[in-house]
Amino acid sequence: MTAPPDDCLARNDWICGDYLSTRRQILLDAVGQHVQLTVVSVGLGLVIAVPLALLARRRRWTVGPVLGITTVLYTIPSLAMFSLLLPVYGLSATLVVVGLALYSLTLLVRNILAGLDGVPAGATEAARGMGYGPMRQLLTVELPLAVPAAMAGLRIATVSAVALTTVGAIVGYGGLGNLIYAGMNSYFKAQVLTASVLCVLIAVAFDLLLLGLERLLTPWRRAGRSPRPARGRRPLTASGRRA
Amino acid sequence: MSTPAAVWSWLTTAANWSGENGIGHRLAQHAVLTFACLVLSALIALPIALTLGHLGRGGALAVNLANVGRAVPTFAVLVLLLLTPLGRHGQWPTVIALVLFAVPPLLTNAYVGMREVDQDVVRAARGMGMTGMQLVWRVEAPLALPLVLTGVRIAAVQLVATATLAALVGGGGLGRIITAGFNLASTPQVVAGAVVVAVFALLMEAVFELVQRFAPARARGRPR
Repeated sequence: MTAPPDDCLARNDWICGDYLSTRRQILLDAVGQHVQLTVVSVGLGLVIAVPLALLARRRRWTVGPVLGITTVLYTIPSLAMFSLLLPVYGLSATLVVVGLALYSLTLLVRNILAGLDGVPAGATEAARGMGYGPMRQLLTVELPLAVPAAMAGLRIATVSAVALTTVGAIVGYGGLGNLIYAGMNSYFKAQVLTASVLCVLIAVAFDLLLLGLERLLTPWRRAGRSPRPARGRRPLTASGRRA
Repeated sequence: MSTPAAVWSWLTTAANWSGENGIGHRLAQHAVLTFACLVLSALIALPIALTLGHLGRGGALAVNLANVGRAVPTFAVLVLLLLTPLGRHGQWPTVIALVLFAVPPLLTNAYVGMREVDQDVVRAARGMGMTGMQLVWRVEAPLALPLVLTGVRIAAVQLVATATLAALVGGGGLGRIITAGFNLASTPQVVAGAVVVAVFALLMEAVFELVQRFAPARARGRPR
């Protein structure tokens, strides 16, 4: 009889190089699904949030309802959010994407609105004086100036979405969360730790990527002069996070 | 039967409210877990925040803690703790995970509240000969109260959400109704559980909203 192999997999160590080499494809697939779920959901959130913020800016009475509803959505725990969407989307990736998109709305709408409200009146008046129409003024003056506040919201929303995607494991679409869930049931320490660390790394990578994008989009802020803080509604950088 | 009707009938069935797996027991577990962890987290976070805020040290730590915490998935921490030796001690992995995630908002908000106290007021208090402790308890902490309460509110709502996730790792609470529903492939039970959880979270938020609205003006702070 051969003795059982005495490697880190057999010992169920937390840190295990053999795990990385033997499960490379499983890990890559999970990372791929994780990134895809995050990007699609935050993208969907952004596509909904920008028109909502513009609407709230144009018709001031809609500010209260829009912020109220998105805040209520943000208060619902993730497990409950995914469960509430179950009758509509079934056990599907769409369920996870829609749930995460709804979460990102609060942060995105609030911050885009704060950014638009913070555009200095002088800038819009100058644009109007130069004969800019409302559309050109929005696209070339107001939205670019709203980028810093909007990007702050986008970064928080994306980092939160990366963490929350793991809960999608409850319907089988959780990216690395699936590995954590399976690892919990089989008591597989290396799998749980590896997947958890990868989650954090993905979140950090997205954060740095968006920070770089923000720098690219706001070249005038690099000119040395420290930007004046935006007036009006404070951007939501508060310490709230979802679970 | 349509889903809303099935959910309603699940919620109005008396048998689903009683017993160990009933809504009543799960709700009590959820409330106790949330409240106990809120008290525990406040006992850990507030003394640190008041001290650091008073001394004006460790600001980067206090402010960045919340940002770092956001990148760490709650579910991953719950499972990691479950697989450590702590996992064999009943509710402890859940309690530790809940406290870990409730401390950052409490700490960050209380710290910022302490630092935002008008420095002229602090100098005036010092000029009157107040000691450090008197300064903290009679000037800085009362003026920081609105932000401290905001931190408590964020932490409380956060705890309700995290306690729900505890069901995934075998903890008690309302999340168990949802996970049991998934195991039974019973969509009405899953949705009914989610409705109860959502209502509980929104009630928590509403209670704090009311408390802050009707509190004495100095606990409310300036409108932002």
